[in-house]
Amino acid sequence: MKAIYGLYSTPEAAQIAVDKLKTAGLADREITILSSEPLEEYEFGRRDHHTWMSWIAFLGAAIGMTSAYLLTSITQQSWPIQTGGMPIVTNWTNLIVIFELTMLGAVFATVGTLLFTARLPGRQSAIYDPEVSEGKILIGVSNPRQGAISDLERALHEAGRVKVKTIA
Amino acid sequence: MTRATANRITEDLLRPLLQTTWKFYAGVTVLGIMVLIGLSTWAYQMYNGLGVTGDNWPVFWGFHETNFVFWIGISHAGTLISAILRMVNATWRRPVTRCAEAITAFALMIGALFPLIHLGRPWYAWWLFPIPWPLFDSRGLWPNYRSPLTWDFFAINTYLTSSLLFLFLPMIPDFAVIRDRTVGLRRKIYGLLALGWEGTPKQWHRLESAMHIMAIAIIPVAVSVHTIVSFDFSMAMVPMWHSTIFGPYFVAGAIFSGIAALLIAMAILRKVLHIEQYLQPIHFQNLGKLLFTMSLLWGYFVFNERLTTWYGNAPHEIPALTATQSGEYAPLFWTMVFCNFILPFPFLAIRKLRTITGTVIASCGVVVGMWLERYLIIVPSLAHKQLEYSWGTYSPRWPEITIFAGSIAAMVLLYTLFSKFVPIISIWELKVGEHKEIKAAEAVQAAEAAGELV
Repeated sequence: MKAIYGLYSTPEAAQIAVDKLKTAGLADREITILSSEPLEEYEFGRRDHHTWMSWIAFLGAAIGMTSAYLLTSITQQSWPIQTGGMPIVTNWTNLIVIFELTMLGAVFATVGTLLFTARLPGRQSAIYDPEVSEGKILIGVSNPRQGAISDLERALHEAGRVKVKTIA
Repeated sequence: MTRATANRITEDLLRPLLQTTWKFYAGVTVLGIMVLIGLSTWAYQMYNGLGVTGDNWPVFWGFHETNFVFWIGISHAGTLISAILRMVNATWRRPVTRCAEAITAFALMIGALFPLIHLGRPWYAWWLFPIPWPLFDSRGLWPNYRSPLTWDFFAINTYLTSSLLFLFLPMIPDFAVIRDRTVGLRRKIYGLLALGWEGTPKQWHRLESAMHIMAIAIIPVAVSVHTIVSFDFSMAMVPMWHSTIFGPYFVAGAIFSGIAALLIAMAILRKVLHIEQYLQPIHFQNLGKLLFTMSLLWGYFVFNERLTTWYGNAPHEIPALTATQSGEYAPLFWTMVFCNFILPFPFLAIRKLRTITGTVIASCGVVVGMWLERYLIIVPSLAHKQLEYSWGTYSPRWPEITIFAGSIAAMVLLYTLFSKFVPIISIWELKVGEHKEIKAAEAVQAAEAAGELV
């Protein structure tokens, strides 16, 4: 069997199912949770919260700033344009370009981190069910151990009336 | 939130995507023809040269430049407002944000076209681009980083790129919903756009974190964009332009016209797409208050700008001031004051009048008034420069007017197509809002039952 999962109508029931699966000996990373909205009020919705995204955004900003500084100053030194007694490398006016590319660097780094850490674009996993889009919350286990299937099925049922499905 | 409510939200917001009436095709055809006429006129202008327009010495910036500033101003409706509302966690923002962000994306694209249109020979536009390797650069000339036009290039492109990403990222979960509800080619296309989204807690968390960080980054970018557009003017020693107030004055004006455009778009959307249940009077009330604040702020800036010029009595500035206050441009100036200040005042200040109709009437006035403001900033000053021998006049000719009409049609067409292929209200964000409201109501009920609330 490739997977076993239950589709829950309420986050409360989904939370109970997750707790039961943990009681059955499964670790967090072995439990698949899919929902059509973020459910951060519940413990299961707060998994994998640690992220370096804001630091990576800072790094992106720093790279953007450095690139912009080099682009403007190297260009101005390589092709000097004399303008009304102003310095060749005009840092005050270059600040505008530097600011824009700094922010662009931060935005690109943020989006890159999102795509990389959320594994987008990616192939849908075997355990996906279109009912998730209709508001159901999917709690399941991929590649369960053969001997544990009946225990898992019982754990998924313990959260109340639920549709439990398997993927062979 | 019950499953029935969640399904109703999804059904209501996907209905415009899945059902197409003849009105849609008729509208798209009419708008498409208008856009084609605009494009043909642009081609005519390219073939015959800018001489076919009213641009002539001393006023070389006429309608095209006015439209550029106007559209960039309209673009401030979306991403900036959406980012601010996200930052302050305003719960009422949820149905509004995507409508607003789409305006930004399309208005920026159209606005950025006008400098190209105004170039006359747009195939030389690449001269503006910073091409970092001499190997590929046959011009022998690098962009001048001291030029406000080069700053424009960087600012507008940064804002456009950020706005498109800010618009696209929250659409990914909605594309996944559409993917799961459609078949055939549609399923394939929406499947590609959904990028394999599943809705794991990690994906949700990363998406919300990214939106939060981008909101922080986009607010200063949005402010910088219109400040830099104002630098196109204020860096020049032209009467009434060389002013330190221009940056904030332009930003305030941009937000002002942006909110007005958003209110008009929302009013049309709720009627045409039958989403009255989601775009409610409260949204118009709240945005109406914001529009009123911006109207007062705009009036304050205009008064400041005009008073200091009049009081300073500098000989080179007074002719430009007089031309707008009591001279040839006075009818346009006082129409602008009426549209931006006098007309909106009762509709936005009096609570009873701050209805959907009231805010839309005020907004229509503001959009017209803000276009006039852009025109009055540019033309009278260029027509009354320092030396009297260089004074002149400007009257638009049919190519400028047709291209402007085409740009309005392009905006409406792009927005119509967008609302046809993408849910104009973020489905998942709306559900989260409903969910949180129910949770809050339950908490209040529980507290009442426990006797904690009196």
